[in-house]
Amino acid sequence: MLAPVLHVIPLTTIVRERVLPMPGKVLMHVNQHVNPTDVVAETTYAREHVLLDVARTFGISAGEADKLIRVNEGDRLEKGALIAEKQGLFSNTIKAPRAGRVMICGSGQVLMEVGDARIELRAGLPGVVTQIIPDKGVVIRTAGALIQGVWGNGRIDNGLMVSLLEKPDDILAAGRLDVSLRGSVILAGQVRDLETLKAAADLPVRGLILSSMPSTLIEAAYKMRYPILVTEGFGAMPMNSAAFKLLTTNNKREATVNADHFDRYTGTRPEVIIPLPISNEPDEPSQYERFELGRQVRMRRPPNAGMLGTIAELPTGLSLLPSGLRAPAAEVKLENGEVSLVPLVNLEVVG
Amino acid sequence: MPASLVQNESILAIDVGATMTRAVLFDVVEGQYRFVASGQAPSTAEAPFKDIGLGVREALTNLQNITGAALISTQDNSLIAPSQPDGSGVDAVVATLSAGPAVRTVVVGLLPDVSLQSARRLAESTYSRVVETLDLSDRRKRDRQMDSIVRSRPDLVLLAGGTDGGASRSMQKMLETIGLACYLMPEEKRPMVLYAGNQKMAADVKELLGNQVGRLQVSPNVRPSLEVEDLLPATHEMASLVMKLRERQIKGVDELSLWSGGNLLPTAYAHGRMIGFLSRMYQSTRGLLGVNVGASATSVAAGFNGDLTLGVYPQFGVGENLAGILQHTSMEDILRWLPLDISSNTLREYLFQKSIYPSAIAATRDEQAMAQAIARQALYLSVRLAQKNFPAGARGTRKDLLPALDLIIGGGGAISDGSSLGQSLLLMLDAIQPVGVQPVLLDQNNLLPMLGAAASRNHYLPVQVIESGAFIGLGTVISVIASASYGDPILRAKLTYADGTEARADVKFGGLEVLPLATGQTAKLNVQPLRRADAGLGPGKAGAIQVTGGALGVVIDARGRPLQLPQDPVRRRELMKRWSYAVGG
Repeated sequence: MLAPVLHVIPLTTIVRERVLPMPGKVLMHVNQHVNPTDVVAETTYAREHVLLDVARTFGISAGEADKLIRVNEGDRLEKGALIAEKQGLFSNTIKAPRAGRVMICGSGQVLMEVGDARIELRAGLPGVVTQIIPDKGVVIRTAGALIQGVWGNGRIDNGLMVSLLEKPDDILAAGRLDVSLRGSVILAGQVRDLETLKAAADLPVRGLILSSMPSTLIEAAYKMRYPILVTEGFGAMPMNSAAFKLLTTNNKREATVNADHFDRYTGTRPEVIIPLPISNEPDEPSQYERFELGRQVRMRRPPNAGMLGTIAELPTGLSLLPSGLRAPAAEVKLENGEVSLVPLVNLEVVG
Repeated sequence: MPASLVQNESILAIDVGATMTRAVLFDVVEGQYRFVASGQAPSTAEAPFKDIGLGVREALTNLQNITGAALISTQDNSLIAPSQPDGSGVDAVVATLSAGPAVRTVVVGLLPDVSLQSARRLAESTYSRVVETLDLSDRRKRDRQMDSIVRSRPDLVLLAGGTDGGASRSMQKMLETIGLACYLMPEEKRPMVLYAGNQKMAADVKELLGNQVGRLQVSPNVRPSLEVEDLLPATHEMASLVMKLRERQIKGVDELSLWSGGNLLPTAYAHGRMIGFLSRMYQSTRGLLGVNVGASATSVAAGFNGDLTLGVYPQFGVGENLAGILQHTSMEDILRWLPLDISSNTLREYLFQKSIYPSAIAATRDEQAMAQAIARQALYLSVRLAQKNFPAGARGTRKDLLPALDLIIGGGGAISDGSSLGQSLLLMLDAIQPVGVQPVLLDQNNLLPMLGAAASRNHYLPVQVIESGAFIGLGTVISVIASASYGDPILRAKLTYADGTEARADVKFGGLEVLPLATGQTAKLNVQPLRRADAGLGPGKAGAIQVTGGALGVVIDARGRPLQLPQDPVRRRELMKRWSYAVGG
C-alpha cells in the first residue's frame, strides 16, 4: 500500500515552488541567493471596485451615455477627475469618487478599480533561485535539515533557533520567555495557555516551534505576528522523537520557520528548514513510499499518537483492531519495545 | 442503448471517495448480475500523491488479486477493456467521485422565497458550500455585490430566476453583475456557471456570460412557474458541471471520465439517482430513504412516489471538514451520544486532530465511540435539513417527526464501519429516528452510488444485484410513539414464525426489544399497544404486520419519538450501554 511520508531529515535537498495567487512581477533572477523573508514576487490587486452608471445618472440611453464618457480603459484617475459630462440647460458631471484605474467603459457604465493592495510573496526558505515562473514566481533550491509539521499559523520568519526543550513532553510557560530570547526562533514543547503566546509576541520572538497546543488557541495563534509551527497536533502531545532529536541537535543554528497552512490538495505544509553547508548535493526526498518491513513510521492517531516505530509485520488481509473495526494493519515495534497493531491508514513513513 | 443480459457484459464500478477508493466488479452469474468482488485502497487525490489514478490502480490491483483476473495491463498500466478471451479485463466502466474540496458556490435568484430557494436546494444536491447569495432584495450597491462575489472565490455560480417567459429585465441586471464579477477574476480562476432560470433568456445568458466564465451550462428552469419547482434536469446538469470542475482541480479525473465513457458522476448524485430509481421500481407508496455518512459529506436521498429529494451536506462530512461541524452544532449535542465518559475537551481535540488526518480510522474504543457520536450528530442534523425539502404530501403527521417510510438504506464509511451490525443499526435509529414499520438495509460495500451510475448503462444490473442480497438486511424496525414514563409498559408483541412457533415481548417505554427472525424469513407480528401507543398502525391500534427478518431480526424501538435522552450523563450513558447491549453490543 502507498504510504505518505513525513519528512524529518538531517540533510536533504529541498526544492520549493513559490507562486503568487494572481499574475504579478517576479523580482528575482536565476541563480540569485535569497533569504526566507526576501520578497521574490509581488503583485497588486484592487480591494474594491466602483461602478458608475452614467446612463442611469443622466437618465439617458446607454448608447447616448457612451458618447458622454470622457475616460478610456486603463486611465489612472485622481479623486474628482471628470468621468462624464452632460451639457445643456442643466449641465451635469460625474466625477471619480476615489483615485483609481478605469477597467471597462461601455453600455453607459464605467467600472473603476480602487484601493490598490499589494501582495508580497516571500521566499519562505533560504536558497538559490533555480527557475523563474514568468509572472508567477520562482523555484528555490537549498540543502539542509527539513522537519515538517502538521499545523502552521501562516507566517514566515527566520532566526537563531534556541532550544528550551529538554524532553519531548516539556511544557513551555510564559515565565521561561525572558529578554535573552528576543529575536530567536524558540524550540519548545507544548503550549497550554494564551499568556505564553502573548509573552512570545511581547519579546518578540521570530518563531515558535511546538509539539502541540490546545485547539482553543488556534484563533489566537493566527493573530500572532510571528510564525507558530506545530509538529504533532492539538491537545497535549509530546514531540516525536525524530523531530526532537533533529531539532535539538541543531540548537543555536539559523532556522527558517515557514508556518504555511497544511493544504492537503496543493501539498504545502508547515516546515522548519535549517540550512547546512554541503560538499555534494544530497538527494531530494521522496514524497511517498510503500509500507514495507523495517520502515520507520509515525503513529498518527491514538494509542501512541506521535510515537515512532518500525514495521515488524504486515499481516495479509484485514486485522481486528481494539476498536472493533477491521482494516489492513501493521505490527509496529514501538520505541519503548512494545508491539502495537496499527491500521495502515493511521501510519506515515518517516524519512 | 442499455446492454442486455444476453451480452454478458461485465461492469467495473469505481468510486473515488475522499479517503477510500473502491473498485467493484459486477458480472453475470447464472443469468443474473451479481456483485462479484470489491477491492479498495486509500484515495490519492490529496498530496503527496495528487493523482486519483494511483489510488484507482491500487484498488484495481487489490480487486484483481481477489478475482484472479487481470484488470490492469502489465505493459502500460492501462485498464484492459473490453474483456479478453483469457478472462482478463472488463466490458464497461462506470465511475463516481466524491473526493475534492467542497465546491464554493454563489447562489443567485430573483425572489428570495422563490427562485433563490430553488437555487439553494439545487446547490444542496451536490458537494456545495454556499459562499455568497444574491437576489432582488439585496440592498448592496452593485459594485459591493461584485466585490463580494470576487472575494468569495467561487468555483460555481448557480443562476435561477424568472418563470419561463416571465420577467427578464431584473435577470439582465443580475447577469451583468455576475459577468462583471467574473471579468474581475483571473481568467484561470473564473467560476463555472449553471443557468437554470427563465428559458427565454438563455441566449442573453450565453451572450453576456459566455466569454467571461470558466464554463457555461444552461439547464431547464428550476422554477418554470411560480407554483412549480423542477430541480431534476438542473441537478443532472450540475452533476456534469461539477465533474468538469473536478477535472480542472484534480489530476486523474479526466482519465476516469474517459474510462467511463464520460459517465463519471458525483457519488451523492448517483446515490440519489438510485434511491429515486428504487422508489419508482418498487412503487414505494410511502417513501424510501437512503443515507450516507462519508468523509466528503453526509447525503440524504428520499424517494417519494418516484420523486427524489436529495440533500448533500459537506458541512457534515466526517473527513477534513470535521472540526467545522462545531459551527453547526454544540459540543453538548455531540457528547449526548457518547456511551463513555469522555470530556468535551477530549472530544474537541479529537475533532481538530481528525481534521488533520481525515483518512485515519479509530483504533481504540474511545476513538470509535467519538467517531460514532459525531456520525450520529452529523446524520441527525442532515436528516432534519433534508426533511424540510420533502414534498408537501410527505412531511409526516407531526412537524418534529419523519414521515413513515417503506425502507431505509444506510451506507458510507461512518455507518458501515460500525464495529458490529447492531452498532450500525443503532446509529441509524438514533440519528434518523424513523417512525412506523420498515426494514433497514446496510450497504456495507457502498454499492448504492455505483449501482446508480450503472443504472444509466444497464437497467437490469442494479435490480438484480440488489435482489441477489448485496445489501445486508439488518431487520425490520418497529418504532413506537408513546406518551409514557420510562419503564411503563406500552406494547405487547407476539411474533408468529412460519413454523407456528411464537416469540413474545412485553415492551416497556425507553427500551429496545429484539425478536429473532433470520434473514430471508418472514413472520407475522401482532402488536397490541397500551396507553394509546402508536406502533405504526395508528394510536392505540392493534393489529398484525408482516415482517421480514435480518441479521438482527425484528427490532422494536420503544424509546419514543423524538428520542429524549436523559439529562443526567451517568444515567444517559447507562441507558446507551443497555441499548447497545440489546442490539448485540
